[in-house]
Amino acid sequence: MSSNSLVSISDISRDEILDLLDRARYFEENPNSKILDGRVVATLFFEPSTRTRLSFETAVNRLGGRIIGFSDANSTSTSKGETLKDTIKMVANYVDLIVMRHHLEGAARYATEVTDIPVINAGDGANQHPSQTMLDLYSIYKTQGRLNDLTITMVGDLKYGRTVHSLLMAMQYFNPTFNFIASKELQMPEEYKEFCREKGIKFTESTDFSEDVINASDIIYMTRVQRERFTDIMEYERVKNLYTLHNSMLDNSKPTLKILHPLPRVNEIDRDVDDNPKAYYFEQARNGLFARQAIITRALGIDPRK
Amino acid sequence: MSTNKKELAVAALRNGTVIDRIPSSVLFQAVRLLGLENSKCHVTIGNNLHSGKLGTKGIIKIADTEFPEAVLNRIALIAPTAVVNTIRDFEVVEKKTVKLPDTLSGIVKCSNPKCISNNEPMATKFEVIGHDPVMIRCHYCNHTVAGKDAQIL
Repeated sequence: MSSNSLVSISDISRDEILDLLDRARYFEENPNSKILDGRVVATLFFEPSTRTRLSFETAVNRLGGRIIGFSDANSTSTSKGETLKDTIKMVANYVDLIVMRHHLEGAARYATEVTDIPVINAGDGANQHPSQTMLDLYSIYKTQGRLNDLTITMVGDLKYGRTVHSLLMAMQYFNPTFNFIASKELQMPEEYKEFCREKGIKFTESTDFSEDVINASDIIYMTRVQRERFTDIMEYERVKNLYTLHNSMLDNSKPTLKILHPLPRVNEIDRDVDDNPKAYYFEQARNGLFARQAIITRALGIDPRK
Repeated sequence: MSTNKKELAVAALRNGTVIDRIPSSVLFQAVRLLGLENSKCHVTIGNNLHSGKLGTKGIIKIADTEFPEAVLNRIALIAPTAVVNTIRDFEVVEKKTVKLPDTLSGIVKCSNPKCISNNEPMATKFEVIGHDPVMIRCHYCNHTVAGKDAQIL
């Protein structure tokens, strides 16, 4: 097992998070270099994910590294019945770093236990997706100039949304105040509210996406409400538009407010928000490149700033 | 006379282990946790016995066997109240409570069908995250389950 692996955001300390953010800042200023010259990175996408894969592969390419891998497990020995362990051990013979996405939860953690090569988790089912969390943190840090003492409002699917859960865990070091806005069916699970209580993190919970909450927020983190999450379709039809953000709702919001969304968006942010300078979701995705360059260089033990 | 002999066969243990104060509802899970289904020793299992503290309790007596502490401590997952007596030459030479370890390897099956541990030939692993009531979390997929609801492998 390599200690440079990144499986879950909760594996790394406050200092390591700050170090990654500083690396991301460096890469935003210096996106292209040759610091990965001679290094080979495997991108093993047992489950297709175009956005994440392209972002990781661009990150490696811009740093001068080479890539091997696959974007669909059907074209690999997995379809012949090879175990994950065997696939990882085979690939580890060839490369310096493995970036993997898998539909099974815990796959990346297990991969770290069968190889000494560092492994970066690019998503394991509904479990963890730490590079998304790092790009969210970097986006918050960049737009607010700090991570401490911010009011973050999370809206939409707070029950199943892994991005909001991971962001909540990562923010534990920075004295946040959270507002959880969701319908009864999709509220923040008790274990995360208990986590907040244990850590002394302030939070409010409401089914009402009110202007008071919006006006008090530094960050609004919107998520997609998925139809298939509802047992009662009538309930879905009733709530789907209650958690849609319209431009007019931002009239009295803080000038520094930024709207984040992990994308893809459906109708939870109205198109009329897109031209508001407070809309940040497209730049947020761009920050993924720098956050991933930061994670990759940390995993390889390379410090670009030296 | 024959009745007395039978009672004697159950009650007296020259050498071995007596596990007492197991809640009745989990007695047979405790039997499985100890792997007694395949034991060739004399095993006596009693259930729904009167208990002042538990209401009813179960008890397991295993002749000529002493268990490593790590094996006995597995019982704490479902029966934190259990008491283990070590018997040598009809005497109780040691009496101790069970203590839940920090991690459980290869004992509990993860209840999440999408967990890697249910889809690869590998040992399961759980971390104990709460003691009263017992809560455990899958090391791989992070799903949590109450100790009393844990599915024993």
